[in-house]
Amino acid sequence: MAQHTNKRATTQSVTANRLIDGEVVYLTASGEWSDWLKDAAVADGKEACAALLDQAAPAVAAQHIVDPYLFEVSVEDGVIIPASVREKIRMAGPTIRLDLGKQAVSA
Amino acid sequence: MYRYDEFDTQLVSERVAQFTGQVARRLAGEITEDQFKPLRLMNGVYLQLHAYMLRVAVPYGTLSGKQMHMLAHIARTYDKGYGHFTTRQNIQYNWPALKDIPAILKDLASVEMHAIQTSGNCIRNVTSDQYAGAAAGEIDDPRIWSEIIRQWSTFHPEFTYLPRKFKIAVAGMHEDRAAIRFHDIGIEIVPGKDGKPAFDIYVGGGQGRTPMIAPQIGTAIPADDLITYLEATLRVYNMNGRRDNLYKSRIKILVHAIGADEMRRQVEEEFTRVKEKGALALPDAEIARIRAYFMPPAYETLDDNSPALDKAMADNKAFANWVKTNVSAHKQAGYAIANISLKPVGGVAGDASADQMDVIADLATAYSFDEMRITHEQNITFAHVKKDDLFALWQKLDEVGLGTSNLALITDHIVCPGLDYCALANARSIPISQQIAERFADLDRQHNIGELKIKISGCINACGHHHVGHIGILGVDKKGTEFYQISLGGSADEKASVGDIVGPAFTEEEIVDAIENIVETYLATRQADERFIDTYRRIGKEPFKEKLYATH
Amino acid sequence: MPLIKNGAFEDDKWVAVDDDSDLPADKPVILSLARWQAERETLVGRNAPVAVKLQSSEAPDALQADLDRLAMIALDFPAFKDGRGYSYARVLREHFGFEGEIRATGEVLRDQWLAMTRCGVDAFIVADNVTLEAFNEAVNELSLVYQPTGDGRKTVMQLRHGN
Repeated sequence: MAQHTNKRATTQSVTANRLIDGEVVYLTASGEWSDWLKDAAVADGKEACAALLDQAAPAVAAQHIVDPYLFEVSVEDGVIIPASVREKIRMAGPTIRLDLGKQAVSA
Repeated sequence: MYRYDEFDTQLVSERVAQFTGQVARRLAGEITEDQFKPLRLMNGVYLQLHAYMLRVAVPYGTLSGKQMHMLAHIARTYDKGYGHFTTRQNIQYNWPALKDIPAILKDLASVEMHAIQTSGNCIRNVTSDQYAGAAAGEIDDPRIWSEIIRQWSTFHPEFTYLPRKFKIAVAGMHEDRAAIRFHDIGIEIVPGKDGKPAFDIYVGGGQGRTPMIAPQIGTAIPADDLITYLEATLRVYNMNGRRDNLYKSRIKILVHAIGADEMRRQVEEEFTRVKEKGALALPDAEIARIRAYFMPPAYETLDDNSPALDKAMADNKAFANWVKTNVSAHKQAGYAIANISLKPVGGVAGDASADQMDVIADLATAYSFDEMRITHEQNITFAHVKKDDLFALWQKLDEVGLGTSNLALITDHIVCPGLDYCALANARSIPISQQIAERFADLDRQHNIGELKIKISGCINACGHHHVGHIGILGVDKKGTEFYQISLGGSADEKASVGDIVGPAFTEEEIVDAIENIVETYLATRQADERFIDTYRRIGKEPFKEKLYATH
Repeated sequence: MPLIKNGAFEDDKWVAVDDDSDLPADKPVILSLARWQAERETLVGRNAPVAVKLQSSEAPDALQADLDRLAMIALDFPAFKDGRGYSYARVLREHFGFEGEIRATGEVLRDQWLAMTRCGVDAFIVADNVTLEAFNEAVNELSLVYQPTGDGRKTVMQLRHGN
């Protein structure tokens, strides 16, 4: 949801929810949607970020995903890390039930 | 409790078919998400942080054993083995797939349940007093009127696209366990003419960004005029509520803007027009038909004294503690009202596993005439338990982690799902609840502190009712970090009050100590039998503020 | 965009005229409320019907005195979430007894037709690909009603008690 995005962010990825089951997904460089943040494309700079978000449009039109938006990330040692608490939780699952959500799926 | 007749059943099944069609059209791309969203909301389907969320309606919180078993089945089959009971007496599932929702609705329909109008800008689940039909001093069973309102409001063609959501609550007596003064419409049953009930109508209460206590608009409205009055009120709102600003579109804003007197005048004007037609007058036959579903259960004739209960309490301290906090007096000799706390220390407030739901269902069947109530404080009430049976009931509850003796004590919190689940949240709320509960876990200490209602919200929408907490906690986001703001002195009952913010917010590391400081201040200043809220009302916020910020 | 009236396609003869244009002679015209209020006297005796289109912020009370002069009232739904028109339709039908056409315009989608019909709307401007079959299916999706409206359908309560 765009309400929590940092408007001044320059390094961003695109996320959405899958229409059919609501699963959190991330836009990859090849234009596909992965369940895992590690597969996400990362864009730098306002133009690249806008272009990345545009790439989400076909999946919306194809009823694959809903509500795509940009969110701030940093990349440290090749690992993509969300900047906000919200996206960290969204990436992993509820902090009070470590047995639920993506965090519970063995690699 | 109410049972569907063939008409209710047919409507619910047609609704399931209608929504199944809407889901199919969405998946086929015939309608966009923007067009689909209000439709799915009107069927209780949200999109949250991790997944969809389905909110199932539990009309005025009342469930049979069979229905609770079905809720367990749904948790197990379509979700992740648990459900969450809410401040509107409903249940939420956090992980259903959209494609499974038609099947879930079909399962629900098979036990006379649904998810109709549990979201969206329409009239929502009508909530009521969990002690309905059991508490002494009740003027009339509020569930009778809640059911009448439920049917009138279901698929109401005129009120499907209101400026905003609309919540109605009904209390059956002046003692208010349904928080009626914080609802869009709150109804208090009062004695009317000729032994019939009448209604005092409060309009324009609410929490959220702008908490307001509803002023009284209608006085002693006769029973057969109830629906006419509600229709008039909703029409005034639908035509005049603001639609330009999401945060100013509840009826409370309208009432505040034009004033209670003007609101009353407009409602009465419309009421007169609607009443002339007479189409909404409630026939005695229909009132009697619904009343018949809420007759007292087949009580045994018993002594009010239960030696078995007394002995069990003397022999078992843990049980005695439970009776002290969780059991309330019943109007029928030999019976009691038993409350099941869904707030075990270390658990998630308001959650129950599918296995626990199955146990609760069987226990309700065995010990409370096959009926239970979800409370707006996220616990469960068995309204009609024989005193002789309390010990056996408690033992079975205790076996599955449902025997916590903390009703209305400092570890019995109302908590919203917060940032762990909710797309609207700014901060996590559940971990704060858990940390506070852990700090105050000692039962002797809890009993010494006495009644102290903590209510925690993860954002300004106040789904955790923080405005009406004796201690309210609001999670906020300050530059990307979660902070917690404290308010004191709120109350949701007939002595309605909105809590006072005490000062700057606390970090997650500081908040539990802050609660300690508040409790210490209370314990140091309380007089006689004062509960926390009584002391607060006597001494005000300054002593608490001083203690909280002395070294802050 | 086709017009469905009383469940059938109809040629739409009405001409919407903005506030500044001349009125086409002999044609049924739809005017804004403001224009109607400004020109109502000069429109007496016009030899073609007149209709008024109400914006969602314009309650029908403004037309109460003129209903016998209006063949049609159009209710605009600027966004389908703006539900004021549902009340306006009921007020027109049930309080004021208006018997002319009530037409829904604006963002009027399949999933609103049933409720609008129940409130007294009898004409819909629909999207080009809408079939009568789809329309009838939509307005018949719920075969029972709990609440009485001016549509005269028997409510569940009436069916229960044999009224």
